[in-house]
Amino acid sequence: MAEPLLRVRDLVTTYPIRSALLRRKIGEVRAVDGVSFDIARGQTVGLVGESGSGKSTLARTVIGLEQAEAGSIEFQGTELVGLSARQMRPVRRDIQMVFQDPYTALNPRLTVRQILSEAWRIHPDLLPAQDWDEEVRRLLDVVGLDPQYADRYPHQFSGGQRQRVGIARALAVRPKLIVCDEAVSALDVSVQAQVLNLLDDLQAELGLTYLFIAHDLSVVRHISDEVIVMNRGQVVEHAPTDQLFADPQHEYTQTLLAAVPVVRPWNQESAA
Amino acid sequence: MTTETAGVDREVTAAFDTVKRRSANAAGRRRIVTCLVIVACYVLVALFGPMLRKYDPVQTFTQDRLMPPGSTTSQGLALLGTDQVGQDILSQMMLGARVSITVGAGTLLLAGLIGVTVGLVAGYRGGWVDAALMRLADIQLSFPSILLAILIAAVVGPSVVNVIVVLAITNWVTFARVTRGQVLTVKNREYVDAARTLGAGHLHLALRTIFPSCVAPILVVATVELGHVILAEASLSFLGLGVPTDVPSWGSTIANGRDYLGDAWWISTLPGIALAALVLTCGLLGDAMRDRYDPKLRSL
Repeated sequence: MAEPLLRVRDLVTTYPIRSALLRRKIGEVRAVDGVSFDIARGQTVGLVGESGSGKSTLARTVIGLEQAEAGSIEFQGTELVGLSARQMRPVRRDIQMVFQDPYTALNPRLTVRQILSEAWRIHPDLLPAQDWDEEVRRLLDVVGLDPQYADRYPHQFSGGQRQRVGIARALAVRPKLIVCDEAVSALDVSVQAQVLNLLDDLQAELGLTYLFIAHDLSVVRHISDEVIVMNRGQVVEHAPTDQLFADPQHEYTQTLLAAVPVVRPWNQESAA
Repeated sequence: MTTETAGVDREVTAAFDTVKRRSANAAGRRRIVTCLVIVACYVLVALFGPMLRKYDPVQTFTQDRLMPPGSTTSQGLALLGTDQVGQDILSQMMLGARVSITVGAGTLLLAGLIGVTVGLVAGYRGGWVDAALMRLADIQLSFPSILLAILIAAVVGPSVVNVIVVLAITNWVTFARVTRGQVLTVKNREYVDAARTLGAGHLHLALRTIFPSCVAPILVVATVELGHVILAEASLSFLGLGVPTDVPSWGSTIANGRDYLGDAWWISTLPGIALAALVLTCGLLGDAMRDRYDPKLRSL
Protein backbone atom coordinates (compact mmCIF):
# COMPACT_ATOMS: atom_id res chain seq x y z
CA MET A 1 0.00 0.00 0.00
CA ALA A 2 1.19 3.52 -0.79
CA GLU A 3 2.66 5.59 2.01
CA PRO A 4 -0.03 7.61 3.80
CA LEU A 5 0.09 11.40 3.52
CA LEU A 6 -0.22 11.83 7.26
CA ARG A 7 0.76 9.25 9.83
CA VAL A 8 0.10 10.05 13.48
CA ARG A 9 1.43 7.72 16.16
CA ASP A 10 0.76 7.80 19.91
CA LEU A 11 0.32 11.56 19.85
CA VAL A 12 -0.02 13.27 23.22
CA THR A 13 -0.81 16.95 23.71
CA THR A 14 -1.23 18.36 27.19
CA TYR A 15 -2.19 21.67 28.68
CA PRO A 16 -0.55 22.58 31.97
CA ILE A 17 -2.66 23.46 35.01
CA ARG A 18 -0.89 26.18 36.93
CA SER A 19 -1.32 27.23 40.52
CA ALA A 20 -3.03 30.57 40.95
CA LEU A 21 -0.30 32.42 42.80
CA LEU A 22 3.12 31.24 41.68
CA ARG A 23 2.10 29.87 38.26
CA ARG A 24 3.81 26.61 39.11
CA LYS A 25 2.73 23.61 37.13
CA ILE A 26 0.62 21.50 39.42
CA GLY A 27 -0.93 19.17 36.90
CA GLU A 28 -1.92 18.76 33.31
CA VAL A 29 -4.87 18.02 31.08
CA ARG A 30 -4.15 15.38 28.49
CA ALA A 31 -6.34 16.78 25.73
CA VAL A 32 -4.95 14.35 23.17
CA ASP A 33 -3.89 11.10 24.80
CA GLY A 34 -2.10 8.58 22.64
CA VAL A 35 -3.82 9.03 19.30
CA SER A 36 -2.76 7.06 16.21
CA PHE A 37 -4.22 7.14 12.70
CA ASP A 38 -3.26 7.36 9.03
CA ILE A 39 -4.73 9.55 6.33
CA ALA A 40 -4.24 8.35 2.77
CA ARG A 41 -3.67 10.81 -0.05
CA GLY A 42 -6.88 12.20 -1.59
CA GLN A 43 -9.10 10.92 1.21
CA THR A 44 -11.46 12.82 3.46
CA VAL A 45 -11.32 11.71 7.04
CA GLY A 46 -14.04 12.92 9.38
CA LEU A 47 -13.24 13.48 13.02
CA VAL A 48 -16.17 13.44 15.41
CA GLY A 49 -16.65 13.48 19.14
CA GLU A 50 -18.39 15.51 21.79
CA SER A 51 -17.21 18.92 22.98
CA GLY A 52 -13.96 18.63 24.88
CA SER A 53 -13.06 15.29 23.36
CA GLY A 54 -9.82 16.68 21.95
CA LYS A 55 -10.78 17.05 18.27
CA SER A 56 -9.66 20.66 17.95
CA THR A 57 -6.50 20.12 19.98
CA LEU A 58 -5.60 17.21 17.73
CA ALA A 59 -6.08 19.41 14.68
CA ARG A 60 -4.09 22.28 16.19
CA THR A 61 -1.24 19.91 17.06
CA VAL A 62 -1.16 18.45 13.55
CA ILE A 63 -1.01 21.94 12.09
CA GLY A 64 1.63 23.10 14.55
CA LEU A 65 -0.34 25.58 16.64
CA GLU A 66 0.15 23.44 19.73
CA GLN A 67 3.29 21.62 20.80
CA ALA A 68 3.06 17.86 20.92
CA GLU A 69 4.14 16.38 24.23
CA ALA A 70 5.03 12.96 22.85
CA GLY A 71 4.45 10.74 19.85
CA SER A 72 5.05 11.40 16.19
CA ILE A 73 3.38 13.21 13.31
CA GLU A 74 4.78 12.11 9.98
CA PHE A 75 3.80 14.14 6.94
CA GLN A 76 4.96 12.74 3.60
CA GLY A 77 7.59 10.80 5.51
CA THR A 78 8.91 13.88 7.38
CA GLU A 79 8.72 13.87 11.15
CA LEU A 80 7.12 17.13 12.36
CA VAL A 81 7.30 16.72 16.14
CA GLY A 82 10.41 18.45 17.45
CA LEU A 83 11.00 20.65 14.41
CA SER A 84 11.90 24.26 15.14
CA ALA A 85 9.71 27.08 13.84
CA ARG A 86 12.23 27.74 11.08
CA GLN A 87 12.32 24.11 9.98
CA MET A 88 8.52 24.03 10.05
CA ARG A 89 8.12 26.90 7.59
CA PRO A 90 8.36 24.95 4.34
CA VAL A 91 6.13 22.19 5.75
CA ARG A 92 3.52 24.71 6.90
CA ARG A 93 2.72 25.41 3.31
CA ASP A 94 1.52 21.87 2.68
CA ILE A 95 -0.85 21.75 5.66
CA GLN A 96 -3.45 24.49 5.90
CA MET A 97 -6.51 25.09 7.99
CA VAL A 98 -10.00 26.41 7.45
CA PHE A 99 -11.27 27.90 10.67
CA GLN A 100 -14.54 27.54 12.50
CA ASP A 101 -15.74 31.10 12.84
CA PRO A 102 -15.70 33.00 9.56
CA TYR A 103 -16.31 36.20 11.51
CA THR A 104 -13.01 36.16 13.40
CA ALA A 105 -10.88 34.14 10.99
CA LEU A 106 -10.34 37.04 8.58
CA ASN A 107 -8.38 40.11 9.61
CA PRO A 108 -10.96 42.96 9.58
CA ARG A 109 -8.32 45.55 8.67
CA LEU A 110 -7.22 43.88 5.45
CA THR A 111 -8.94 43.63 2.09
CA VAL A 112 -9.53 40.24 0.55
CA ARG A 113 -6.64 40.89 -1.82
CA GLN A 114 -4.30 41.57 1.12
CA ILE A 115 -5.59 38.56 3.03
CA LEU A 116 -4.91 36.26 0.09
CA SER A 117 -1.53 37.73 -0.81
CA GLU A 118 -0.31 37.47 2.78
CA ALA A 119 0.71 33.90 2.03
CA TRP A 120 2.99 35.01 -0.81
CA ARG A 121 4.39 37.81 1.31
CA ILE A 122 5.42 35.20 3.87
CA HIS A 123 6.70 32.74 1.25
CA PRO A 124 8.20 35.05 -1.37
CA ASP A 125 9.58 32.14 -3.40
CA LEU A 126 6.06 30.86 -4.04
CA LEU A 127 4.89 33.51 -6.47
CA PRO A 128 6.53 36.65 -7.91
CA ALA A 129 4.80 39.87 -6.90
CA GLN A 130 3.65 40.76 -10.41
CA ASP A 131 1.52 37.60 -10.55
CA TRP A 132 -0.33 38.29 -7.29
CA ASP A 133 -3.29 40.10 -8.83
CA GLU A 134 -3.80 37.39 -11.41
CA GLU A 135 -3.63 34.66 -8.75
CA VAL A 136 -6.05 36.49 -6.43
CA ARG A 137 -8.52 36.64 -9.30
CA ARG A 138 -8.04 32.97 -10.05
CA LEU A 139 -8.45 31.93 -6.39
CA LEU A 140 -11.65 33.93 -5.96
CA ASP A 141 -12.95 32.33 -9.12
CA VAL A 142 -12.04 28.86 -7.85
CA VAL A 143 -14.00 29.31 -4.62
CA GLY A 144 -16.96 30.80 -6.46
CA LEU A 145 -16.62 34.47 -5.59
CA ASP A 146 -16.73 37.37 -8.01
CA PRO A 147 -13.08 38.41 -8.62
CA GLN A 148 -14.26 42.03 -8.45
CA TYR A 149 -14.73 41.58 -4.68
CA ALA A 150 -10.95 41.53 -4.16
CA ASP A 151 -10.81 45.05 -2.75
CA ARG A 152 -13.63 44.60 -0.27
CA TYR A 153 -13.21 44.16 3.45
CA PRO A 154 -14.42 41.04 5.29
CA HIS A 155 -17.34 42.84 6.95
CA GLN A 156 -18.86 43.42 3.51
CA PHE A 157 -19.40 39.67 3.03
CA SER A 158 -21.90 37.15 4.37
CA GLY A 159 -20.80 34.22 6.52
CA GLY A 160 -20.72 31.79 3.61
CA GLN A 161 -18.76 34.19 1.43
CA ARG A 162 -16.28 34.76 4.22
CA GLN A 163 -15.79 31.04 4.61
CA ARG A 164 -15.05 30.91 0.87
CA VAL A 165 -12.43 33.60 1.37
CA GLY A 166 -11.01 31.49 4.21
CA ILE A 167 -10.83 28.50 1.87
CA ALA A 168 -9.18 30.62 -0.82
CA ARG A 169 -6.60 31.76 1.72
CA ALA A 170 -5.82 28.14 2.60
CA LEU A 171 -5.51 27.30 -1.11
CA ALA A 172 -3.16 30.22 -1.78
CA VAL A 173 -0.11 28.22 -0.66
CA ARG A 174 -1.20 25.16 -2.70
CA PRO A 175 -1.45 22.80 0.26
CA LYS A 176 -1.83 19.03 0.15
CA LEU A 177 -3.71 18.59 3.41
CA ILE A 178 -6.43 20.93 4.64
CA VAL A 179 -7.70 20.68 8.18
CA CYS A 180 -11.26 21.94 8.43
CA ASP A 181 -11.99 22.70 12.08
CA GLU A 182 -15.77 22.85 12.29
CA ALA A 183 -15.56 24.74 9.01
CA VAL A 184 -19.29 24.74 8.35
CA SER A 185 -20.73 24.67 11.89
CA ALA A 186 -21.25 28.42 12.03
CA LEU A 187 -23.09 28.58 8.71
CA ASP A 188 -26.76 28.27 7.77
CA VAL A 189 -27.77 24.83 6.61
CA SER A 190 -28.24 25.85 2.98
CA VAL A 191 -24.88 27.63 2.95
CA GLN A 192 -23.30 24.60 4.66
CA ALA A 193 -24.29 22.47 1.69
CA GLN A 194 -22.78 24.95 -0.76
CA VAL A 195 -19.48 25.08 1.11
CA LEU A 196 -19.38 21.28 1.46
CA ASN A 197 -19.95 20.91 -2.27
CA LEU A 198 -17.21 23.44 -2.92
CA LEU A 199 -14.81 21.43 -0.76
CA ASP A 200 -15.85 18.30 -2.66
CA ASP A 201 -15.21 19.94 -6.04
CA LEU A 202 -11.84 21.27 -4.94
CA GLN A 203 -10.83 17.83 -3.79
CA ALA A 204 -11.68 16.35 -7.17
CA GLU A 205 -9.92 19.17 -8.98
CA LEU A 206 -6.77 19.61 -6.91
CA GLY A 207 -6.38 16.19 -5.32
CA LEU A 208 -6.64 17.60 -1.79
CA THR A 209 -6.76 15.57 1.37
CA TYR A 210 -9.07 16.69 4.17
CA LEU A 211 -9.14 16.15 7.90
CA PHE A 212 -12.68 17.26 8.57
CA ILE A 213 -13.72 18.02 12.12
CA ALA A 214 -17.40 18.38 12.90
CA HIS A 215 -19.90 17.68 15.58
CA ASP A 216 -22.70 17.32 13.05
CA LEU A 217 -22.76 13.66 12.11
CA SER A 218 -24.81 14.17 8.95
CA VAL A 219 -22.18 16.56 7.62
CA VAL A 220 -19.42 14.07 8.35
CA ARG A 221 -21.39 11.27 6.74
CA HIS A 222 -21.91 13.39 3.64
CA ILE A 223 -18.28 14.29 3.06
CA SER A 224 -16.05 11.64 4.63
CA ASP A 225 -14.51 8.44 3.29
CA GLU A 226 -13.50 7.36 6.76
CA VAL A 227 -14.52 8.49 10.22
CA ILE A 228 -12.51 8.70 13.41
CA VAL A 229 -14.47 8.89 16.65
CA MET A 230 -12.76 10.52 19.60
CA ASN A 231 -13.67 10.51 23.25
CA ARG A 232 -11.68 11.89 26.17
CA GLY A 233 -8.60 12.43 24.04
CA GLN A 234 -8.51 8.93 22.62
CA VAL A 235 -9.61 7.34 19.37
CA VAL A 236 -12.38 4.91 20.14
CA GLU A 237 -13.23 3.88 16.61
CA HIS A 238 -11.79 4.38 13.13
CA ALA A 239 -13.73 2.86 10.23
CA PRO A 240 -14.96 3.56 6.70
CA THR A 241 -17.97 5.87 6.83
CA ASP A 242 -20.63 3.41 5.63
CA GLN A 243 -19.44 0.71 7.97
CA LEU A 244 -19.31 3.02 10.94
CA PHE A 245 -22.81 4.35 10.45
CA ALA A 246 -24.27 0.94 9.62
CA ASP A 247 -22.52 -1.06 12.29
CA PRO A 248 -20.89 0.99 15.06
CA GLN A 249 -18.61 -1.24 17.11
CA HIS A 250 -17.75 0.84 20.11
CA GLU A 251 -20.24 1.64 22.80
CA TYR A 252 -19.44 5.36 22.66
CA THR A 253 -20.03 5.49 18.89
CA GLN A 254 -23.39 3.82 19.40
CA THR A 255 -24.32 6.41 22.00
CA LEU A 256 -23.19 9.20 19.71
CA LEU A 257 -25.21 7.91 16.77
CA ALA A 258 -28.25 7.34 18.96
CA ALA A 259 -28.04 10.94 20.14
CA VAL A 260 -28.77 12.26 16.66
CA PRO A 261 -32.31 13.63 16.71
CA VAL A 262 -34.70 11.83 14.43
CA VAL A 263 -36.68 13.98 12.01
CA ARG A 264 -39.97 12.07 12.27
CA PRO A 265 -39.83 9.93 15.39
CA TRP A 266 -43.38 8.63 14.81
CA ASN A 267 -42.18 6.92 11.64
CA GLN A 268 -39.51 5.04 13.46
CA GLU A 269 -41.54 1.95 14.26
CA SER A 270 -42.60 1.38 10.67
CA ALA A 271 -39.05 2.00 9.47
CA ALA A 272 -37.53 -0.39 11.96
CA MET B 1 -56.76 46.20 15.36
CA THR B 2 -54.34 46.17 18.28
CA THR B 3 -51.78 44.21 16.30
CA GLU B 4 -52.01 46.78 13.53
CA THR B 5 -51.28 49.69 15.85
CA ALA B 6 -48.48 47.69 17.45
CA GLY B 7 -46.94 47.18 14.03
CA VAL B 8 -47.20 50.88 13.22
CA ASP B 9 -45.77 51.74 16.61
CA ARG B 10 -42.83 49.48 16.03
CA GLU B 11 -42.21 51.00 12.63
CA VAL B 12 -42.37 54.52 14.02
CA THR B 13 -39.97 53.66 16.83
CA ALA B 14 -37.60 52.04 14.36
CA ALA B 15 -37.71 55.11 12.13
CA PHE B 16 -37.04 57.36 15.13
CA ASP B 17 -34.13 55.15 16.14
CA THR B 18 -32.56 55.45 12.70
CA VAL B 19 -32.97 59.21 12.74
CA LYS B 20 -31.52 59.43 16.24
CA ARG B 21 -28.59 57.23 15.33
CA ARG B 22 -27.91 59.20 12.18
CA SER B 23 -28.04 62.55 13.96
CA ALA B 24 -25.82 61.21 16.76
CA ASN B 25 -23.36 60.13 14.12
CA ALA B 26 -23.44 63.51 12.40
CA ALA B 27 -23.09 65.32 15.73
CA GLY B 28 -20.07 63.14 16.55
CA ARG B 29 -18.51 64.01 13.24
CA ARG B 30 -19.26 67.71 13.78
CA ARG B 31 -17.57 67.60 17.19
CA ILE B 32 -14.45 66.02 15.74
CA VAL B 33 -14.30 68.44 12.81
CA THR B 34 -14.83 71.53 15.01
CA CYS B 35 -12.09 70.46 17.41
CA LEU B 36 -9.74 69.61 14.56
CA VAL B 37 -10.32 73.04 12.99
CA ILE B 38 -9.44 74.77 16.28
CA VAL B 39 -6.28 72.69 16.70
CA ALA B 40 -5.40 73.41 13.07
CA CYS B 41 -5.73 77.16 13.75
CA TYR B 42 -3.24 76.85 16.60
CA VAL B 43 -0.85 74.93 14.37
CA LEU B 44 -1.13 77.53 11.60
CA VAL B 45 -0.51 80.38 14.05
CA ALA B 46 2.48 78.51 15.47
CA LEU B 47 3.87 77.92 11.98
CA PHE B 48 3.34 81.29 10.34
CA GLY B 49 2.67 83.77 13.17
CA PRO B 50 6.29 84.29 14.24
CA MET B 51 7.21 84.98 10.60
CA LEU B 52 4.83 87.93 10.52
CA ARG B 53 6.00 89.61 13.69
CA LYS B 54 9.66 89.89 14.64
CA TYR B 55 10.52 89.05 18.20
CA ASP B 56 13.89 89.51 19.84
CA PRO B 57 13.99 88.01 23.36
CA VAL B 58 16.78 90.23 24.68
CA GLN B 59 15.47 93.54 23.37
CA THR B 60 13.56 95.81 25.72
CA PHE B 61 11.37 98.83 25.01
CA THR B 62 11.08 100.63 28.32
CA GLN B 63 8.83 103.34 26.93
CA ASP B 64 6.26 100.67 25.96
CA ARG B 65 6.08 98.89 29.35
CA LEU B 66 2.78 97.38 30.49
CA MET B 67 0.61 98.79 27.73
CA PRO B 68 -2.97 97.42 27.71
CA PRO B 69 -4.28 95.45 24.70
CA GLY B 70 -4.96 97.63 21.67
CA SER B 71 -2.49 100.42 22.45
CA THR B 72 -0.10 101.83 19.89
CA THR B 73 3.57 101.40 20.79
CA SER B 74 6.86 102.44 19.20
CA GLN B 75 6.80 99.06 17.42
CA GLY B 76 3.29 99.46 16.05
CA LEU B 77 -0.07 98.25 17.29
CA ALA B 78 0.14 95.93 20.33
CA LEU B 79 -3.07 94.02 19.84
CA LEU B 80 -2.74 92.05 23.07
CA GLY B 81 -0.70 94.59 25.02
CA THR B 82 2.93 94.51 26.19
CA ASP B 83 4.75 93.03 29.17
CA GLN B 84 6.97 94.53 31.84
CA VAL B 85 9.88 95.11 29.45
CA GLY B 86 7.73 96.39 26.61
CA GLN B 87 7.69 93.18 24.54
CA ASP B 88 4.61 92.46 22.46
CA ILE B 89 2.43 89.77 24.10
CA LEU B 90 0.95 88.56 20.80
CA SER B 91 4.34 87.68 19.30
CA GLN B 92 5.34 85.95 22.53
CA MET B 93 2.16 83.93 22.45
CA MET B 94 2.67 82.92 18.82
CA LEU B 95 6.16 81.70 19.64
CA GLY B 96 4.74 80.02 22.73
CA ALA B 97 2.27 78.16 20.55
CA ARG B 98 5.20 76.96 18.48
CA VAL B 99 6.93 75.61 21.60
CA SER B 100 3.77 74.00 22.94
CA ILE B 101 2.95 72.26 19.69
CA THR B 102 6.54 71.17 19.03
CA VAL B 103 6.82 69.75 22.53
CA GLY B 104 3.36 68.17 22.28
CA ALA B 105 4.01 66.48 18.94
CA GLY B 106 7.57 65.47 19.79
CA THR B 107 6.57 64.00 23.13
CA LEU B 108 3.68 62.08 21.63
CA LEU B 109 5.92 60.62 18.94
CA LEU B 110 8.61 59.58 21.39
CA ALA B 111 6.26 58.39 24.14
CA GLY B 112 4.12 56.63 21.53
CA LEU B 113 7.12 54.89 20.03
CA ILE B 114 8.36 53.68 23.41
CA GLY B 115 4.91 52.87 24.77
CA VAL B 116 3.61 51.07 21.69
CA THR B 117 6.80 49.00 21.39
CA VAL B 118 6.68 48.02 25.06
CA GLY B 119 2.96 47.26 24.86
CA LEU B 120 3.34 45.14 21.73
CA VAL B 121 6.24 43.17 23.18
CA ALA B 122 4.56 42.69 26.55
CA GLY B 123 1.21 41.67 25.10
CA TYR B 124 2.59 39.49 22.34
CA ARG B 125 5.34 37.76 24.27
CA GLY B 126 3.43 37.37 27.55
CA GLY B 127 4.93 35.46 30.47
CA TRP B 128 7.76 36.96 32.50
CA VAL B 129 8.57 39.62 29.89
CA ASP B 130 5.02 40.92 30.21
CA ALA B 131 5.18 40.80 34.00
CA ALA B 132 8.51 42.63 34.12
CA LEU B 133 7.49 45.40 31.69
CA MET B 134 4.13 45.95 33.34
CA ARG B 135 5.65 46.15 36.83
CA LEU B 136 8.04 48.76 35.41
CA ALA B 137 4.98 50.64 34.15
CA ASP B 138 3.34 50.33 37.59
CA ILE B 139 6.42 51.80 39.26
CA GLN B 140 6.36 54.65 36.75
CA LEU B 141 2.66 55.27 37.44
CA SER B 142 3.09 55.27 41.21
CA PHE B 143 5.47 58.22 40.88
CA PRO B 144 3.82 61.66 40.54
CA SER B 145 4.74 62.44 36.95
CA ILE B 146 5.28 66.20 37.39
CA LEU B 147 7.63 65.51 40.32
CA LEU B 148 9.64 63.11 38.21
CA ALA B 149 9.71 65.64 35.38
CA ILE B 150 10.96 68.35 37.75
CA LEU B 151 13.65 66.00 39.06
CA ILE B 152 14.91 65.05 35.60
CA ALA B 153 14.61 68.59 34.25
CA ALA B 154 16.60 69.94 37.20
CA VAL B 155 19.35 67.42 36.51
CA VAL B 156 19.60 67.67 32.70
CA GLY B 157 18.90 71.40 32.41
CA PRO B 158 16.50 73.39 30.24
CA SER B 159 16.16 72.78 26.50
CA VAL B 160 13.28 71.91 24.20
CA VAL B 161 14.71 68.44 23.50
CA ASN B 162 15.14 67.73 27.19
CA VAL B 163 11.55 68.75 27.88
CA ILE B 164 10.39 66.33 25.18
CA VAL B 165 12.49 63.50 26.62
CA VAL B 166 11.35 64.21 30.18
CA LEU B 167 7.67 64.29 29.24
CA ALA B 168 8.04 61.18 27.06
CA ILE B 169 9.49 59.30 30.03
CA THR B 170 6.54 60.28 32.19
CA ASN B 171 3.91 59.55 29.52
CA TRP B 172 4.82 56.30 27.75
CA VAL B 173 2.93 54.16 30.26
CA THR B 174 -0.53 55.08 28.96
CA PHE B 175 0.45 54.05 25.44
CA ALA B 176 1.98 50.82 26.69
CA ARG B 177 -1.11 49.86 28.68
CA VAL B 178 -3.59 50.60 25.92
CA THR B 179 -1.52 48.78 23.30
CA ARG B 180 -0.99 45.77 25.54
CA GLY B 181 -4.68 45.53 26.34
CA GLN B 182 -5.61 45.64 22.68
CA VAL B 183 -2.93 43.10 21.74
CA LEU B 184 -4.27 40.73 24.40
CA THR B 185 -7.80 40.89 23.00
CA VAL B 186 -6.66 40.46 19.39
CA LYS B 187 -3.91 37.90 19.96
CA ASN B 188 -6.20 34.90 20.22
CA ARG B 189 -8.44 35.71 17.27
CA GLU B 190 -8.50 33.03 14.63
CA TYR B 191 -7.01 35.26 11.96
CA VAL B 192 -3.81 35.43 13.99
CA ASP B 193 -3.77 31.63 14.09
CA ALA B 194 -4.39 31.67 10.36
CA ALA B 195 -1.34 33.85 9.74
CA ARG B 196 0.64 31.55 11.99
CA THR B 197 -0.42 28.49 10.02
CA LEU B 198 0.78 30.26 6.89
CA GLY B 199 4.19 30.32 8.53
CA ALA B 200 4.36 33.99 9.50
CA GLY B 201 7.25 34.99 11.76
CA HIS B 202 6.89 36.88 15.03
CA LEU B 203 7.65 40.24 13.43
CA HIS B 204 5.03 39.73 10.74
CA LEU B 205 2.45 38.58 13.29
CA ALA B 206 3.09 41.47 15.67
CA LEU B 207 3.36 44.29 13.12
CA ARG B 208 1.19 43.26 10.19
CA THR B 209 -1.43 41.07 11.79
CA ILE B 210 -1.97 42.41 15.32
CA PHE B 211 -0.78 46.02 15.23
CA PRO B 212 -3.34 47.40 12.70
CA SER B 213 -6.13 46.59 15.16
CA CYS B 214 -4.41 48.66 17.85
CA VAL B 215 -4.17 51.86 15.82
CA ALA B 216 -7.62 53.29 16.60
CA PRO B 217 -7.34 53.13 20.42
CA ILE B 218 -3.77 54.43 20.25
CA LEU B 219 -4.92 57.46 18.25
CA VAL B 220 -7.66 58.17 20.79
CA VAL B 221 -5.14 58.00 23.63
CA ALA B 222 -2.70 60.21 21.74
CA THR B 223 -5.31 62.94 21.36
CA VAL B 224 -6.14 62.94 25.06
CA GLU B 225 -2.46 62.85 25.97
CA LEU B 226 -1.70 65.81 23.70
CA GLY B 227 -3.61 68.11 26.06
CA HIS B 228 -1.88 66.66 29.12
CA VAL B 229 1.56 67.03 27.56
CA ILE B 230 1.00 70.66 26.53
CA LEU B 231 -0.21 71.44 30.02
CA ALA B 232 2.78 69.66 31.55
CA GLU B 233 5.20 71.64 29.36
CA ALA B 234 3.54 74.89 30.47
CA SER B 235 3.82 73.80 34.10
CA LEU B 236 7.52 73.02 33.74
CA SER B 237 8.17 76.35 31.99
CA PHE B 238 6.14 78.17 34.64
CA LEU B 239 8.42 76.65 37.25
CA GLY B 240 11.45 77.68 35.21
CA LEU B 241 12.42 74.07 34.45
CA GLY B 242 11.07 73.87 30.92
CA VAL B 243 12.43 75.52 27.81
CA PRO B 244 15.33 78.03 28.18
CA THR B 245 14.38 81.58 29.17
CA ASP B 246 15.15 83.07 25.74
CA VAL B 247 12.42 80.89 24.19
CA PRO B 248 9.05 82.34 25.18
CA SER B 249 6.66 79.63 26.24
CA TRP B 250 3.11 80.13 27.53
CA GLY B 251 4.22 78.83 30.89
CA SER B 252 7.10 81.30 31.25
CA THR B 253 5.00 84.24 29.98
CA ILE B 254 2.34 83.41 32.57
CA ALA B 255 5.07 83.24 35.25
CA ASN B 256 6.48 86.62 34.14
CA GLY B 257 3.11 88.30 34.48
CA ARG B 258 2.43 86.99 38.00
CA ASP B 259 3.81 90.09 39.72
CA TYR B 260 1.77 92.46 37.57
CA LEU B 261 -1.59 90.74 37.85
CA GLY B 262 -3.02 93.77 39.66
CA ASP B 263 -2.22 96.43 37.07
CA ALA B 264 -1.41 94.45 33.88
CA TRP B 265 -3.76 91.43 33.93
CA TRP B 266 -3.23 90.67 30.23
CA ILE B 267 0.36 89.37 30.56
CA SER B 268 -0.67 86.21 32.44
CA THR B 269 -4.30 85.98 31.49
CA LEU B 270 -4.11 85.94 27.69
CA PRO B 271 -1.53 83.10 27.37
CA GLY B 272 -3.47 81.31 30.09
CA ILE B 273 -6.66 81.52 28.06
CA ALA B 274 -4.86 80.31 24.92
CA LEU B 275 -3.42 77.39 26.87
CA ALA B 276 -6.72 76.48 28.51
CA ALA B 277 -8.56 76.63 25.19
CA LEU B 278 -6.06 74.35 23.46
CA VAL B 279 -6.01 71.81 26.30
CA LEU B 280 -9.80 71.85 26.48
CA THR B 281 -10.06 71.32 22.72
CA CYS B 282 -7.68 68.38 22.87
CA GLY B 283 -9.77 66.85 25.65
CA LEU B 284 -12.99 67.32 23.72
CA LEU B 285 -11.40 65.94 20.57
CA GLY B 286 -10.23 62.89 22.50
CA ASP B 287 -13.72 62.32 23.90
CA ALA B 288 -15.31 62.71 20.49
CA MET B 289 -12.84 60.30 18.94
CA ARG B 290 -13.41 57.77 21.72
CA ASP B 291 -17.14 57.95 21.16
CA ARG B 292 -16.66 57.40 17.47
CA TYR B 293 -13.85 54.83 17.49
CA ASP B 294 -14.67 53.19 20.81
CA PRO B 295 -12.16 50.39 21.11
CA LYS B 296 -14.76 48.20 22.77
CA LEU B 297 -17.31 48.66 20.01
CA ARG B 298 -14.91 48.72 17.12
CA SER B 299 -12.32 46.22 18.21
CA LEU B 300 -13.34 43.50 15.76
